[in-house]
Amino acid sequence: MSSARATVSKILSYSCVDGPGNRLVIFLQGCNFNCTACHNPHTIGQCNHCGDCIPACHALALSLVNGKILFDPLACDSCDDCTEMCPISANPMVQQYGVAEILQLLRKHRPFLSGITVSGGEPTRQIKFVFELFQAVKADEELAGLSCFIDSNGYLGAANWERLLPVTDGVMLDIKAFDESVHEELTGKRNLRSLESARILHAAGKLYELRFLLVPGVTDSEEELNQLIEFVGTLGGDVRIRLNAFQHHGVRGKALDWEKMPEAGVEVAAERLRAAGLGNVITPVVYV
Amino acid sequence: MDEITRKLHSIATDKTLSPAQKAHYLSLEAENMLPYPGLDAETQEALDERVICDLYEGHAPYKPRYVLPDYSIVLKNGSEYLELPVPESLDEAINTLMIAYHHVPSVTGMPVYIGQLDDLLLPFCEGVSDEDLYNKIKLFWRYLDRTLPDAFMHANIGPTDNRVARTILRVDAELKQTAPNLTFFYDPEVSTDQILGIATNNIVECSKPHIANHPIHADTFDERGYGIVSCYNALPLAGGASTLTRLNLKEVALRSTSEADFFGKLLPHYVELNFRLAEQRIAFLFNESNFFSSFLIEEGWIEQDRFTAMYGVFAMAEAVNALQEKEGRAGQYGFDEVANALGHRISKVLAEAVEQRPMENVWRGHAMLHSQAGLSIDEGATPGVRIPYGTEPDPVMHVQALAPHHQYYTSGISEILTLDETIKNNPEAMLQLCRGAFSCGFREFTVNVASNDLVRVTGFMIRLSDIEKYKKEQGSRTNTTVLGAEASDIANILERKPRVMSHELRPGYGQ
Repeated sequence: MSSARATVSKILSYSCVDGPGNRLVIFLQGCNFNCTACHNPHTIGQCNHCGDCIPACHALALSLVNGKILFDPLACDSCDDCTEMCPISANPMVQQYGVAEILQLLRKHRPFLSGITVSGGEPTRQIKFVFELFQAVKADEELAGLSCFIDSNGYLGAANWERLLPVTDGVMLDIKAFDESVHEELTGKRNLRSLESARILHAAGKLYELRFLLVPGVTDSEEELNQLIEFVGTLGGDVRIRLNAFQHHGVRGKALDWEKMPEAGVEVAAERLRAAGLGNVITPVVYV
Repeated sequence: MDEITRKLHSIATDKTLSPAQKAHYLSLEAENMLPYPGLDAETQEALDERVICDLYEGHAPYKPRYVLPDYSIVLKNGSEYLELPVPESLDEAINTLMIAYHHVPSVTGMPVYIGQLDDLLLPFCEGVSDEDLYNKIKLFWRYLDRTLPDAFMHANIGPTDNRVARTILRVDAELKQTAPNLTFFYDPEVSTDQILGIATNNIVECSKPHIANHPIHADTFDERGYGIVSCYNALPLAGGASTLTRLNLKEVALRSTSEADFFGKLLPHYVELNFRLAEQRIAFLFNESNFFSSFLIEEGWIEQDRFTAMYGVFAMAEAVNALQEKEGRAGQYGFDEVANALGHRISKVLAEAVEQRPMENVWRGHAMLHSQAGLSIDEGATPGVRIPYGTEPDPVMHVQALAPHHQYYTSGISEILTLDETIKNNPEAMLQLCRGAFSCGFREFTVNVASNDLVRVTGFMIRLSDIEKYKKEQGSRTNTTVLGAEASDIANILERKPRVMSHELRPGYGQ
């Protein structure tokens, strides 16, 4: 049996926005990007046990024991105040899960599920766990029908994709921007590896969806959309594009001063892509 | 003016009711001037305290609560009483049904069941083009909504994948009317994935149809069949339900000193009183009302011995939480395993009581347990065995918490799952939820999509835009909007998370 353990921020047994059908979603803690516009910033960092979150917890679910944060999930009422207090965008409520525990959860919810998605954070940072989990799902008679998906920023390198793809059915890949300096400003990293990942995944037939976040005045420009169209053209074949609209929900810091992306603007961008021959463009149902 | 005269006057002069709606409420008031069927003192007291409840069906039950005619009889034989020849074309068949509906009573004064429409109409569809079929069904649908404007009126289709069922689903999604309500019977052995997919896509469009777990229902009834009517009541075809009396489990729990007192003493006591209430009402219907001398019986549309008694319960959530508190346990219904198990135990005890208690003039000699979806005037009492509004867990946990109840509620139980509108980009997720729910024993699968104008309030469909209009005193064409407006004011149902609850009859004017 596998030995890998994962640092998990949260698990949902119902999600209709993380791939096809209803999916169990595991949000893995930690990200190698540091996006200004992140809508769940508390999944970015790793807890360093500073204890600053403890006074924020009104339910007394957090304490410091032998220099380590101890979290009591039974006392927690999920107010999330502790994550607001964290100076390094970490989450003191993370829990460790082994593959066997996730399989048990999957069995419990099996009749309701179309598949499983690992999200984050950046799930490929915990590649050993993801690989072993997907491998175990595929090997399990009862669970083998579940599709295994990854929601990724594409920073993973070619050799690691080669390892993961045989047990992965699809990847939802985010391209934050095509202009390198815009990408670096938005994420703290350059976009070469993400673009390369898109090519690798598409060539392998595993690019389920390419996601592009529209931020007014930043990524909704004519140049960005043209580059998106051109890039999809170089991939060849049909690519499902999901346009996401920047919203304030969950966002922290200076991105809150940015304008929200309005529905009309998203529709203009979608029409632009469709007019250029990109047939499969999905836009949000809800704007908050 | 004395009190009753004042009430009659206020109905006659109401700004928001149509003349037909006024006539209906005036007739209810007149019926209630008659003495109530004789109750013993204990039963009367429990009724006065509303521990048990007759859903304000009226003092003189001169018609069964729900009537499910076998319409294939009139399509096969015509009707001597109605002077209808045997229909030969699709137009004649639909016309015959349109006439038949006006002669089928129910507690609302309108038919609650309009038939297994695909089975009824398919034999007349040979040689009819797809376009003609579509146009005829569309006109039929418009007629139903405009002349029988009651969202309790219920059409059934399935489990086979056929032209009529597909056309009805297409028209229903297109017109998005409140009436008729619609149930698709799903049988994994018979129904295709395509038609289940069309049905779930329709739910995304207009929160209809509602999907019935056909194999479970078919096992509950006999070869003659069953229908789903009104708000998810499963009843014998060619019969129905004489009455529905209900037990307020919250009131029983509050009167108990402990869990042991509840199970040992008070629950059995009030369970019996609710039987007596039903018995007296059924006795009037069968022995005094002369209902069963109607042409419906003579011509074989219905049979006297196929009427069941629905044994309703509600406020399970409040009952369990009250007992938990009495036992010093913190866990809440819907979330805590001990609390959920206590609820399941209550359901089991109720099902056994119903199975063991003989009843006269009732199909198979005993009543059928029903998770009753509430009245628009209920306060602080959650419909049936549902989890209280606004506190429901995610849809998967929700189904898992309630699934063990479903085996006991043979005459119907509805949970209404509320899904946020992100489901619109991913209808496959709804399909998977439906499969999951049925595989854990759900009898019915009902969903509201949060942003739809059409939503289920206490189980019937209303248009949110109609409620707004009604509140501005413009009156509403559909009777259920009145109910919806009351329910939304009293039970906060429109403030629910995404939402819903279910059921029936506006008990009377101004109640």
